[in-house]
Amino acid sequence: MENRSLVTIAEHSREKIMYLIEMAKEFEKHTNRKLLNGKVIATLFFEPSTRTRLSFETAANRLGARVIGFTDPKATSSSKGETLKDTIMMVSNYADAIVMRHYLEGAARYASEVSPVPILNAGDGANQHPSQTMLDLYSIYKTQGTLDNLNIYLVGDLKYGRTVHSLLMAMRHFNPTFHFIAPEELKMPEVYKLYCEKHGIRYVEHTDFNEDTIAGADILYMTRVQRERFTDLMEYERVKDMYLLKLNMLGKAKDNMKILHPLPRVNEIEYSIDNDPHAYYFEQAHNGLFARQALICDALGITLDQVREDKTIID
Amino acid sequence: MKRQELLVAALQNGTVIDHIPSNKLFQVVNLLHLENMSSAITIGYNLKSQKMGEKSIIKIADKFFTDDELNQLSVISPNVTLCTIKDYEVVEKKEVKTPDHLTGIVKCKNPKCITNNEPMQTVFHVIDKEKGIIQCHYCNNEQNIDQVTLISD
Repeated sequence: MENRSLVTIAEHSREKIMYLIEMAKEFEKHTNRKLLNGKVIATLFFEPSTRTRLSFETAANRLGARVIGFTDPKATSSSKGETLKDTIMMVSNYADAIVMRHYLEGAARYASEVSPVPILNAGDGANQHPSQTMLDLYSIYKTQGTLDNLNIYLVGDLKYGRTVHSLLMAMRHFNPTFHFIAPEELKMPEVYKLYCEKHGIRYVEHTDFNEDTIAGADILYMTRVQRERFTDLMEYERVKDMYLLKLNMLGKAKDNMKILHPLPRVNEIEYSIDNDPHAYYFEQAHNGLFARQALICDALGITLDQVREDKTIID
Repeated sequence: MKRQELLVAALQNGTVIDHIPSNKLFQVVNLLHLENMSSAITIGYNLKSQKMGEKSIIKIADKFFTDDELNQLSVISPNVTLCTIKDYEVVEKKEVKTPDHLTGIVKCKNPKCITNNEPMQTVFHVIDKEKGIIQCHYCNNEQNIDQVTLISD
């Protein structure tokens, strides 16, 4: 059987990414359907992640699937020492696809190798979070009308932020220019800069963050600088307020510029920006619903044509 | 050199693994699981070598390894020589090559990798043979082949 699991977006071709964006568009037009009537989707969250789980479960529910699963591994046999493989084998007897969040890196790849049903990776440790990447790509496409030739500014924790790493890799097909804006301790790791060089992706590094540095941005992708990431707390105190986006920094921003953030936000985007036309992070989260509907259907082998010819639309 | 060669019994049929750095000998033994074999095995340790000063050698009777098995040796010792012996003659002589993949040989250094928390085999992809960089198939962490920990250690 062909393995339809989703482990990472980084392996997807340009065509596959555009195909999934087209499918997400269809689900945005008509979100409520009975396309997955009779299907059961399992959501296994070995580590809590409320917004990702709610988004996946809503995506499945709005397509008519039923959802089973757990949100707290303490209540399951994995706390008794059951292996991941055994848990997956057991659940695959009940569900047509498994959405899994795990605290260990590589858990999704391994699950996809042992599972007889498709696995959708909802985050595996610091490794991959492909549904977040897909909704980021969809949000960029929706706001810019294209994914090609964009100036994407990544701000904040570029060292540990897996969303920025996945986005960087997925954008390699689209001739982007990246700007990396981060404190010294949280710089983009060498391995990703080598990745850029290998794939001909242009990038510029900055440590300062002000009105002028972001003036050329089409996409301003904010992330949170977290205290626990610092070995040197003096350094944290010094830089923690340097990467906060304030309303008065948007004066020179391009009209088409949109601010994205994977959420949750703490204080890195000033609340007064929420009503500014550049703010897009709440819509971005909403797009996650359509992106995840597309990913679930693709994992189940439902094609774009089938979605377009779908007669089960409710709204 | 003749005297040293006499110290290690000649082989009628089998495999000779030569030019093993002496400090790697027991890792090679572990890696090939020689302890589970029933055929005659001669091990020469700390022998004099013109090429490397000091070396070790393993002769295994009636056992022929696949290329994949032998190429795994490159992780611990990239320069060993392998001879296949048939009827006291060397019928094939080759050097180990770094393989494209390492299965069940190297431990992932990332404690949060699934391979360190689940009863399963590790898989690494050799992504740069010249620099000796390998990448975990599961967690994507990279490490240098010179600094790896072996599963058998």
